[in-house]
Amino acid sequence: MISIVVPIKQVPDMERVKFDKEKGTVDRSSAPGEINPFDLNALEAAVQIKEKLGATVTTISMGPPQAEAALRDALSRGADRGILLVDRAFAGADTWATSYTLASAIQRLGQTDLIVCGEKTVDGDTGQVGPEIAEWLDIPHVAYVSEIRNVGEKMVVVCDMEGDRYLMESRFPLLITVTKDINSPRLPSFSDKLKARKAEIEKCTAEELSAVADASRFGLKGSPTRLSKIIVPSEEGRKGEIFRGNPEETALRLADALKEGGLSENVK
Amino acid sequence: MKDHKGVMIYAEQRGGKIHPVSYELLGKGREIADKLNVELSSVLLGSQMVEEAQELIYYGADTVFLYDHANFREFDLINYKRNIVRLIEEVRPEILLLGATHLGRSLGPRIAVALSTGLTADCIGLDIDEQDNLVQIRPAFSGNILAYIRTSTRPQMATIRYKVMQKRERDPGRRGEVVRKDVELGDPLLALVGKESSSGVNIAEADVIVSGGRGLKKPEDFKILEGLAEVLGGVIGSSRPLVDDGWIGKEHQVGFSGNTVKPKLYVACGVSGSPQHLAGMRTSDIIVAVNSDPSAPIFRIADYGVVGDLYEVVPKLTDELRRRQPG
Repeated sequence: MISIVVPIKQVPDMERVKFDKEKGTVDRSSAPGEINPFDLNALEAAVQIKEKLGATVTTISMGPPQAEAALRDALSRGADRGILLVDRAFAGADTWATSYTLASAIQRLGQTDLIVCGEKTVDGDTGQVGPEIAEWLDIPHVAYVSEIRNVGEKMVVVCDMEGDRYLMESRFPLLITVTKDINSPRLPSFSDKLKARKAEIEKCTAEELSAVADASRFGLKGSPTRLSKIIVPSEEGRKGEIFRGNPEETALRLADALKEGGLSENVK
Repeated sequence: MKDHKGVMIYAEQRGGKIHPVSYELLGKGREIADKLNVELSSVLLGSQMVEEAQELIYYGADTVFLYDHANFREFDLINYKRNIVRLIEEVRPEILLLGATHLGRSLGPRIAVALSTGLTADCIGLDIDEQDNLVQIRPAFSGNILAYIRTSTRPQMATIRYKVMQKRERDPGRRGEVVRKDVELGDPLLALVGKESSSGVNIAEADVIVSGGRGLKKPEDFKILEGLAEVLGGVIGSSRPLVDDGWIGKEHQVGFSGNTVKPKLYVACGVSGSPQHLAGMRTSDIIVAVNSDPSAPIFRIADYGVVGDLYEVVPKLTDELRRRQPG
């Protein structure tokens, strides 16, 4: 049976999260947490493989205690096991330290055949953690996978390269990062939600992980990149000329404005 | 850290063609190298690309390290990484920049971990502080914030968004050195077993984009936008809901989960402007919005806006622009 790991992240709902322009901070308490939307596609891809070929799907998340909710959500959507890496020592990690911590936890699990990640997260938006995990584990990866063509002895996937589609073949173990195109994530049923509510979420602390990892690489302390400041840009100096009135007239004025800007004809 | 010196640019190519982001990085890299008073080098892995290596010099490189091998015509993740890591360990640059393309964002993280150094993703600005550190500026939270990041390890690595930096004017008189390096090959672990080119548009490259959103009532109405796009010499974009509903192909989708675009002119027709959509187009040079809802968020980032029905305004605008065109 194939063993699959899906790393997931709890992120704030981007439609609702608020930003403090003055202080340059993100108010994470302003919006409820949810599974990073791209990770739902990763989880769905893993669960589809499980349904077709038989597999165990383990989800791992690094985050604060409340990230347990994201793992429960993952269980209700078809994952078999949820592991939360939770410790103050993990906090403030950049992608390098995050990927190291996740890779260590995956190593601790023993044999893993396939790791499926979302393309990126909606908050960090780096897309780096997946490929970095693969490098820590010294296994190949394919990023931007929009289709899984075949899973057998080998795996054949379609990798989107800005217009071109590359068919990539690999043996296991392999890590892939998937795009939104790969599937439409299912909604959990009510009974699955109930079951997930009672399921056990395994916890793993920095000390426990230290058995297989170098604790000096965890969290902020282990992060080679540092955030020095955040700016919440106020609307970016646009002209903001708004035309109202009858369509004839507004279209005319817009045409004038475009002409003035040298944009009214084929700019090539 | 003082033993790391110089700026290095990864010159991206696929199928023998240099990606234009590489020239942009050479432009910015030249500026940084001059400020730091160090050398600008570039690394190119490909097959039979001596002339292209010379081009990199014309666009600002002092030295180009060329890895020429038939296997390198297309992206070979594991072996690209192997050779680049070896080169960095030999040359020890203080800064290494890659394009934030799909290839760069796949390759960069592997190099960073292999070299035990930090990597900042998808930067739109770079600066040098008083201590000669690289300040990396990048959007996060779907473009709602800008983060300023520094790296404590060397080389300081970043991937840089396409179409943000300025390339220099090509100078065929510039002198530099192309250094051929020995290629080291191991098991590539991954095999490229096929390549399909999508026939569709590449809206990330377009100078003009006319986009449709929920304000469109049916798929056929994209025709109205096509008329305007034709007059302006542009291509069609779309917000996500219409792509999800199958009205138009994914290659047209603008936004966080679609394409990030930066055209000279972006015309949003019936697009309300969700955070996801804005994240994909807010750096466009000029933004025009046509929407019947005056409170639509798209107006807040528009240079020009028309509050009105796109079904009336867009055809009139198209006619007016066509009428004014010479010939």
